[in-house]
Amino acid sequence: MYPSKFDYVRAQSVEEAVERTSSHSNAKLLAGGHSLIPALKLRLAQPDLLVDLGRIAALKGISRHNGTVSVGALTTHATCAASDDLPKVWSEAAGLIGDPQVRNRGTVGGNIAHADPASDLPTVLIALGAQIHVQGTAGSRAIPADEFFVDLFTTSLEEGEIITRVEVPAESNQGSAYTKVFNPASRYAILGVAAQVAIAGGVCRQLRVAAGGSTPKAIRAHHVEAALQGQPLNDTTIQHAAAAIAEDLGEEVIGDMYASAAYRRSIAAQIAARALSAAAARAR
Amino acid sequence: MTAINVVVNGKSYTREVEPRLLLVDFIRDTLSLTGTNIACDTSQCGACTIHLDGQAVKSCTVLAVQADGSTLTTIEGLANGKLHPMQQAFWDQHGLQCGYCTPGMIMAAAKLVEENPEITEAEIRHGLEGNLCRCTGYQNIVAAVAQAAKA
Ligand SMILES: Cc1cc2nc3c(=O)[nH]c(=O)nc-3n(C[C@H](O)[C@H](O)[C@H](O)COP(=O)(O)OP(=O)(O)OC[C@H]3O[C@@H](n4cnc5c(N)ncnc54)[C@H](O)[C@@H]3O)c2cc1C
Ligand code: FES
Ligand code: FES
Repeated sequence: MYPSKFDYVRAQSVEEAVERTSSHSNAKLLAGGHSLIPALKLRLAQPDLLVDLGRIAALKGISRHNGTVSVGALTTHATCAASDDLPKVWSEAAGLIGDPQVRNRGTVGGNIAHADPASDLPTVLIALGAQIHVQGTAGSRAIPADEFFVDLFTTSLEEGEIITRVEVPAESNQGSAYTKVFNPASRYAILGVAAQVAIAGGVCRQLRVAAGGSTPKAIRAHHVEAALQGQPLNDTTIQHAAAAIAEDLGEEVIGDMYASAAYRRSIAAQIAARALSAAAARAR
Repeated sequence: MTAINVVVNGKSYTREVEPRLLLVDFIRDTLSLTGTNIACDTSQCGACTIHLDGQAVKSCTVLAVQADGSTLTTIEGLANGKLHPMQQAFWDQHGLQCGYCTPGMIMAAAKLVEENPEITEAEIRHGLEGNLCRCTGYQNIVAAVAQAAKA
């Protein structure tokens, strides 16, 4: 398959990439290419110019300081999967993305900019309360993950804005986990649940839960959180709280050739319970 | 057209390419190294797997221009005088039927074992999730990778 013709430039800096994309009417950024190149081949995307971020070293890598972990937009899923600095829920989810070849190319920035409802990272970033740092012609800003994902393949990025890094709080005493049901061919999520919990005095203190893969955009599972907050963590309380995910998923559950909406609804409580149990077992 | 330079199997090549040229087509059509196969052309099957700067990647989902300045190994470059242990193991364990998926399987598996010499059977199966065999010869493929890991 051949993409339609386009020009190509390799940006040397974020500033150059911003300048190139914003001064051109039909330009697209290229990171790992593992969502964009398939779309180019199918001619779902037909840009006149590709601005390749691939060699901007400043956008790569994971660093930790003062309780915060910062992940460059160009960091690959393989790097995230191998990181001890990231919260467990992120490294665990990264290791479940696609396959090794996909993880070697796919990047954090490309994943979230694409906002595929079947992606894993939006779910993880919402659970972690991530801040998404972007740079554009008007300067830089940080967007909370809750506000970043707007709809199916739609984010709150403005024209010409580039994701530079994602910040999440470092994990200390919390435990976290990601549980996923796969599409058997692509390994994208049919349903994924991310949970992070802290335990104090034998009860659940701080809890964040999110779900994705089954709704047009990943959602925060407020009902699950409310049902478990302040409760002791055992099978009974976890099963009870996990059942509340039906309310969080709401009416807009996706059904497609891989899994019907009814199937996704029927597995949701079980998958949520597994994520909560695994997170609780890791909390200290 | 854009000029790119790549080192493939130890040999340096400079060529003018269209930006839309896929790396797999560059390898097969421009360099005439046809050991790397194209099967699905949709990033799913892994038949086109090569090593790009030391990492297994699906070359149907990389543009040739993205590889400028990089070092590549294809199935033709894996043997070094004698068959690579992974190639020998596929031979010994009959890890192929029609052979179409084999170059990609071997390239992916070689990296798995290099990164994890103590690899378990479960890890082999998980690690080869990006490679599909339409002949469904997985049993012998897994046996071959296990043999190579011990070699
Ligand atoms: C076979 C296969 C299986 C996969 N399985 C999974 C899975 O299980 N789970 C999962 O989550 N993902 C999965 N993916 C997606 C993959 O892991 C990548 O996350 C995804 O391809 C996007 O990252 P990329 O770097 O390849 O982005 P690209 O394809 O280069 O870009 C994607 C989009 O993001 C834009 N973009 C890229 N970088 C930036 C930036 N810094 N700022 C602003 N915009 C930007 C581009 O313009 C483009 O519109 C799979 C992909 C494939 C091919
Ligand atoms: S041909 Fe590249 S993944 Fe199938
Ligand atoms: S041996 Fe025929 S596709 Fe694998």
